[in-house]
Amino acid sequence: MSNLIKFKIDGVECMAEAGTYIIEAAKKNGVYIPTLCNMPNLKPKGSCRICTVKINGRLMTSCTTPVADGMEIESTSAEISELRKSIIELLFVSGNHFCPSCEKSGNCELQALGYLYQMMVPRFPFDFPVKGIDASSPKIIKDQNRCILCKRCIKSIKDAEDRSFFAFRGRGNHLEVVLDAELASTMTDAQAEEAMRNCPVGSIIVKEKGFAIPIGKRKFDHNPIGSNVKV
Amino acid sequence: MENIVKQIIDKYGSDSNRLMDILIDIQEEFGYISRKAIELMALTLGISQVDVEQVITFYHFLSVKPRGKYAIYLNNSVVSYMFGRQAIKEAFEKEVGTTFGKVTDDGLIGLFDTACIGMNDQEPAAIINNKVFTRLTPYRVREIVRHMREGRELEELSNESYGDGKNQHPELKAMVSSNIRRKGMILSDDYKTGKVVQSILPEMSPEAVIAEIKHSHIRGRGGAGFPTGFKWEFCRRAKGEKHYVVCNADEGEPGTFKDRVILTEKPELVFEGMAVAGYAIGGEEGILYLRYEYRYMKDYLESVLDKMREQNFLGSKIGEIEGFDFDIRIQFGAGAYVCGEESALLESLEGKRGEPRDKPPFPVEKGYLNFPTIINNVETFATAVRIIEKGGEWFTQFGTEDSTGTKILSISGDCMFPGVYEVNWGFNVEDMLDMVGAYDVQAVQVGGPSGTLIAKDEFHRTLGYSDLSTGGSMIIFGKQRNLLKEVVLNFMEFFIDESCGSCSTCRNMPQVMHNKLLKIINGKGVKKDLTDLKEWGKILLASRCGLGQTAGNPIISSLKNFHHLYEDLIQKDKEFDEGFDLTASVKESCKFVGRVPNFNHH
Repeated sequence: MSNLIKFKIDGVECMAEAGTYIIEAAKKNGVYIPTLCNMPNLKPKGSCRICTVKINGRLMTSCTTPVADGMEIESTSAEISELRKSIIELLFVSGNHFCPSCEKSGNCELQALGYLYQMMVPRFPFDFPVKGIDASSPKIIKDQNRCILCKRCIKSIKDAEDRSFFAFRGRGNHLEVVLDAELASTMTDAQAEEAMRNCPVGSIIVKEKGFAIPIGKRKFDHNPIGSNVKV
Repeated sequence: MENIVKQIIDKYGSDSNRLMDILIDIQEEFGYISRKAIELMALTLGISQVDVEQVITFYHFLSVKPRGKYAIYLNNSVVSYMFGRQAIKEAFEKEVGTTFGKVTDDGLIGLFDTACIGMNDQEPAAIINNKVFTRLTPYRVREIVRHMREGRELEELSNESYGDGKNQHPELKAMVSSNIRRKGMILSDDYKTGKVVQSILPEMSPEAVIAEIKHSHIRGRGGAGFPTGFKWEFCRRAKGEKHYVVCNADEGEPGTFKDRVILTEKPELVFEGMAVAGYAIGGEEGILYLRYEYRYMKDYLESVLDKMREQNFLGSKIGEIEGFDFDIRIQFGAGAYVCGEESALLESLEGKRGEPRDKPPFPVEKGYLNFPTIINNVETFATAVRIIEKGGEWFTQFGTEDSTGTKILSISGDCMFPGVYEVNWGFNVEDMLDMVGAYDVQAVQVGGPSGTLIAKDEFHRTLGYSDLSTGGSMIIFGKQRNLLKEVVLNFMEFFIDESCGSCSTCRNMPQVMHNKLLKIINGKGVKKDLTDLKEWGKILLASRCGLGQTAGNPIISSLKNFHHLYEDLIQKDKEFDEGFDLTASVKESCKFVGRVPNFNHH
């Protein structure tokens, strides 16, 4: 802890080690910045854009930007909150997210952020895209309707030879995350569990396991997302 | 098949960083990339099959399904439509007997749409098996298809003389025209290749080269306008075992084609510029990242490189300078506009999907294979040679104070003389229109779809980094054009197709905005739709790269400068769209249950 620097988030003095990404630095100072794609110990990619903050008048993602000495970060202003809310709404309308029938309800980070940012009805028209469900692998179900393409599974679930189980296919609004058919047959129970746990939404479901914890006792049923960060 | 695939993988040293080359070679050999080939690549490169597929499915010219013995890619840029694309498309479909996006049952001919292929001054144009066919007419289409059916070779399909200038070079033989209409320091013929590396660099230190570039105040010609001298200096200072020089020749911005002309007519100048940069930053390897649309230049450019090596303008001990070793290889893209973004380009160079990287770190610190790398535009490298030849001070007499030197413009659309014009920065739009013979102009798209659509009241504005910034694309629209329906909608479709999909904002927002624009064009819009579009466009600013941040510009800029066109289309009596028509819905439901609606009750 030799290289401590000072910075501010929404005017509040904070301290962190130089080089720490803003989202982590904020967390250590008890400030919650939401994310749907970032995960500890994985190289950040800044794909969900929810953690966007404003620094010197510029929009930056806090999961990919390291803190610098004297940096002044704007994270809870009306403008940034509205931006985050609109991105959440955009994710809702671009997929098919039917919370009441989803196994992940209550553990879903997208749903929890919808509540946190008080989303009522999305401002954008629903797209209701036609998407598929891949249940061909022995361990998991990959539901494209719910996927928000955060890349967590792609980056985190690898086999013993460091090969990816998951990868992107296509591009633009045809982009999807697919499972390698051959590697899927070698997936262990632990890997399947981890894939489901890392998925922020209900796109990866371990077969015969979806409702292990009853609704009402799930992660965000009593405490809003991010409440564990507050000091 | 297996053996050929293995040979191709071997040719690139079973290096997954060369996956693009491997895939392109397999695609060209078989017309598609089969499941078996994917399995072989995954096995040999030690990656999963989905990892190979995610690269294939990212690029427009790579495919897991056969594309036909003759794969016809017809440009769908706005200018192509303005010059008769619809008739060409219909002629192809009728003659071939299938629709676009499909291959004939006998596997002979495939028809595909493709984004701007850099031929805006000679549209409609198509790429057929890497050869460019320009100025298509329905008659030519019938002839081409007939010749294909007769089994003629691709070379025989061309029935006109080759284009102007170097397009006639024996290694090029292209029916493309360079259409150079105005020459300046880059396009002029008064430079003898090798002069700088052989006569001037021996007298200059790398630091002095950088100082001269800085003194010239040249800024990047690709569009972003970063000061070139600083970029080179940062890279020289950055620590790394190797330093790389990358030339960005992925000109994908619809309407730009000047890099194609520079690489056709002055490739030596570009390569020499890369060598100069290599000398300045202390790099030994240069890579020209060339868009796949320009694959027809491959043999020609390779022959130019060979000749320059023979003359010791490339290779080792260039100009007898001890330790000045520099060579260049050509890396092709495979059809992705986003790869023009420098960090996406780097990903593509490394054989991956062209998804932009998060910055920092910047490429000058961690670029190709994580080594310090400079990435400059084709035109920037060419210009750098003239700066070192004549001095930074000399260079500043051209252009304006904040935009020094010349700029090569690609001008197309409704004008008498579309083509390439090299002008001094500071040129105004009015003069430009008079220069190219453009009359009754309604609008000019400056800088391509990601730029600005300006109306007559802004034609006094000048081209430069502080006013109308442009990478060179200028598209002129006459009074007869329906700007929203023909132009803005086409541009939005372009951005939807070309998004890499990585950011939530750029993946989804352009489609949402496009749908709303369509609603307005269809006469269903209301006043609130206009304010929505304006507000929603801002969300794109949270995207990672320039593509995402500017993907809403066609709508945002036309809303600002052509507001009346939108006002004319929306329903005057409605402020708000309830999104539900009660009367129509009651009628519909009554129809299905066999009742007669009675609207008099309430």
